Amino acid sequence: MQLIPCPWCGPREETEFHYGGQAHVAYPEDPAALTDEEWARYVFFRDNPSGPFAERWSHSAGCRRWFNAVRDTRTYDLLAVYRIGEPMPDLSERDEVVS
Amino acid sequence: MTADTSSRTSPLTAWADRLADLAPALTAVERPFLTQLTVRVSDPEAVVAMGEALGVAFPAAPCTFTRGGGPFGDVEVLWLGPDEFLVVARSELDLRVPVEDALRAALGPARGAVVDTSAQRTTVALSGPHVRDVLAHGCAVDLHPSAAPTGTCVQTLLARAGVIIQVVDAEADMFTVLVRSSFAEYLAAWLSDACVEYRAALS
Repeated sequence: MQLIPCPWCGPREETEFHYGGQAHVAYPEDPAALTDEEWARYVFFRDNPSGPFAERWSHSAGCRRWFNAVRDTRTYDLLAVYRIGEPMPDLSERDEVVS
Repeated sequence: MTADTSSRTSPLTAWADRLADLAPALTAVERPFLTQLTVRVSDPEAVVAMGEALGVAFPAAPCTFTRGGGPFGDVEVLWLGPDEFLVVARSELDLRVPVEDALRAALGPARGAVVDTSAQRTTVALSGPHVRDVLAHGCAVDLHPSAAPTGTCVQTLLARAGVIIQVVDAEADMFTVLVRSSFAEYLAAWLSDACVEYRAALS
């Protein structure tokens, strides 16, 4: 089974975790000023990259904390995990994982 | 006629005999009615003050627990999250109110919460030569003494039930499992089933 490294608890089984979608989607600064199209874009539209993707995970069966992870959508490799509030690590120096 | 609710019943009362039958492969004993309080606090000074009030310092490292003696007797503090702890008073006495009052006083003006959750979980003390083998049937966390020394405390799934596993003494193969009351009978049934092969091997 895939192991996901929780930034607090260390590597745990995937079944202990809950997926939370794309990370770093900022809430609109002035929601009332958005048009319907802009609002729909904020609520429903997400990136769908082939490659590294920053996303939110929750260790729901463990410490119950949310954290962010960069996952390669092609290989399912978790390239980095970092706690909420921490900046996304720079992965440019890391060797690109391409199968 | 109304039911008599004045006497309390622990979740595994009916399982005491069946759990005792698992020996010697696995010694499983319920320790019911322990005083348990969930503490949410992130202020470092309040964490220290609460530790002093109990006579046992709160754990600083994730996935560990501390144990010590103080005004409330034998007390354990379990790390549940970066700002969340479970205080377990192992005394036979009902210490819910005095411990809660002491922790509230130690918290002072800092932001935090102290909540009595004694009825949420029951406690099962596990020991015996096959305790790690049995737990490995339903839990992927590495409990070998080199990976989980004495003082380790993990929240995980055991046979799909959410539990807290404490490594009380890694060398003596002593563990404590805290399980939610409504899952306790399921877990006892699962333990009995997981033990079958080891009971046969020893007899």
